[in-house]
Amino acid sequence: MSHLPILPILLPMLAAVFMLLPPLSNSITRHRIFAVSVMVLLVVASALLLLTSHQQGTQIYVLGGWQPPFGITLVADRISTMMVLLTSVLGLCAQLYACAGDDKDGMYFHPLFMFQIMGVNGAFLTGDVFNLFVFFEVLLIASYALLIHGGGKQKTKANVHYVILNLVGSSIFLFALGILYGTIGSLNIMDMANKVPLLGEHEQALAKSGGLLLLVVFALKAALLPLHFWLPKTYAAASAPVAALFAIMTKVGVYSILRVHTTIFGENAGELASIAIPWLWPLSLLTLVFGAIGVLASPSLRLTTANLVVVSAGTLMLAIAMQREAATSAALYYILHTTLVTGALFLIADLISKQRGKAEDRYVIARKMNHSTIIGIAFFIAALTVVGLPPLSGFVGKILILQAAEGMAEIAWVWPVVLLAGLACLVGVSRAGTTIFWRSAGDASSDESISKLKLTAIALLLVASPLLVVFGGPIIEFTDLAAAELHRGSAVIESALEGGKQ
Amino acid sequence: MEAIYAFCVGILTTCGFFLVLRGRTFTVVIGLTLLSYAVNLFLFASGRLKLDGAAVLGRSAEYSDPLPQALVLTAIVIGFAMTAFVVILAMRSRADQGNDHVDGQIPEQATTRLNISDKRAG
Repeated sequence: MSHLPILPILLPMLAAVFMLLPPLSNSITRHRIFAVSVMVLLVVASALLLLTSHQQGTQIYVLGGWQPPFGITLVADRISTMMVLLTSVLGLCAQLYACAGDDKDGMYFHPLFMFQIMGVNGAFLTGDVFNLFVFFEVLLIASYALLIHGGGKQKTKANVHYVILNLVGSSIFLFALGILYGTIGSLNIMDMANKVPLLGEHEQALAKSGGLLLLVVFALKAALLPLHFWLPKTYAAASAPVAALFAIMTKVGVYSILRVHTTIFGENAGELASIAIPWLWPLSLLTLVFGAIGVLASPSLRLTTANLVVVSAGTLMLAIAMQREAATSAALYYILHTTLVTGALFLIADLISKQRGKAEDRYVIARKMNHSTIIGIAFFIAALTVVGLPPLSGFVGKILILQAAEGMAEIAWVWPVVLLAGLACLVGVSRAGTTIFWRSAGDASSDESISKLKLTAIALLLVASPLLVVFGGPIIEFTDLAAAELHRGSAVIESALEGGKQ
Repeated sequence: MEAIYAFCVGILTTCGFFLVLRGRTFTVVIGLTLLSYAVNLFLFASGRLKLDGAAVLGRSAEYSDPLPQALVLTAIVIGFAMTAFVVILAMRSRADQGNDHVDGQIPEQATTRLNISDKRAG
């Protein structure tokens, strides 16, 4: 057993620190070369970690040799390693795009980017709720700084809201952790899962409030209905590579809900089983509806994309609310698809806005784009994928989620809402495409060229969609196994508590 | 002791939330600080309140749970960094937007009211 599970956290952290030190600190070229090579290494390390955890079972890394449940553990099981790999791939693409020039708008883009990746990876890998909080803070403080990268009125304004909301969220997170520690007496996720069914009657009410407070915090991150109002403006204000990376941030919230409310407060939690589900059902449906309305109402491509992120969050929550293995597996497949494609759409929106002069990416008649063919093709593929039309991955993901709902009483809600939201997205995205690409006045000015690096980044993200379909069989097999692991966690729990190996 | 402690945490939280909901960045920052104080006290109490209980074994007859103290320490450090960041951000926002309202502009009603009170004062 190696130190592989901690590499996705250590690599970006050390890289960020090195980039602040003398030989690298002064030159943006050196920053770029170093950062991209570290990201490539990170992708390789995450892929290796995924393979190891797939073939040899869950890897438990015990930091400092302190045995669980007392020490800090990293748990690299199928779900967390899959999310880590997804983060690394998305991060690499966003970074390639940034290297074409966006990283020069402000100081220290690459170190901040690395800290952000470190926080996200840490949040996925940690096996301890308090460290989940710590990694949330790491990724948040990096995201605060990344969000205002480049400066400007819009960004500052969006950032004030984002920071204040998330600071309140962090306080609530800590309140929830205090309640849970006070009642359950442990913060290790697996240990908590074992102890929750044994709680006495008085403690149950307290633990329930703690669990639901956690749901509030994660819902804020995942942009669930009453807590999603910050998202569209924030994402639309961020610079393109940052917005693309932020596509993974809502998924951190989704993942945390999945982790906490399936492992700790899952089906085996006795009296406290499934406490979040009565809330998740209506809220996820409403999120879908509001996201779809947002897509229809958006005046610019960036806002449309941001609202598509809300729609995807709603869809994912719906799948989680079903609390079935098949639904969780579908959600995992959908996470892969939606993260990459919304990331790509943010990048495409930026390309478009750079080409259209003052009109930017708003839906108004503007001058012709210089490279409308290549951007058009990219936009077309991304739009097909994000809306969920065959033959691309969005279709497969949606079908899986719809199939998972079969045989449930709630199917009468799930199918119409998901399909109608899909239709609304289709209308919104087609309107975007026709206005941007076909309604133009005047000639193109020939001074705007597209850098090869940007196109590579977008192509890398878009090629994932057909690949997700072509290799759909093995991927769905993998997500099935991952979902089974999450839902039938008892064997894993035993092995972790008894034989934590280093 | 528990009652006073709970009362203090409750008061701090209430004041914190009230101030966070105000419209100016200064009060919001103060509110966030109060919230983080409340949270730190709350976390500290999650290991149960005990008098004369050292966190190290063998120093006193009773010992107290050391983990909440470690958690509080972490929370204090993080809270401190976040407060510093939000203060700088509030100043930046004041400079960029020209006012200290969280929305970047003072709502209509408030401005007219302000003008009236200015006139009265004048």
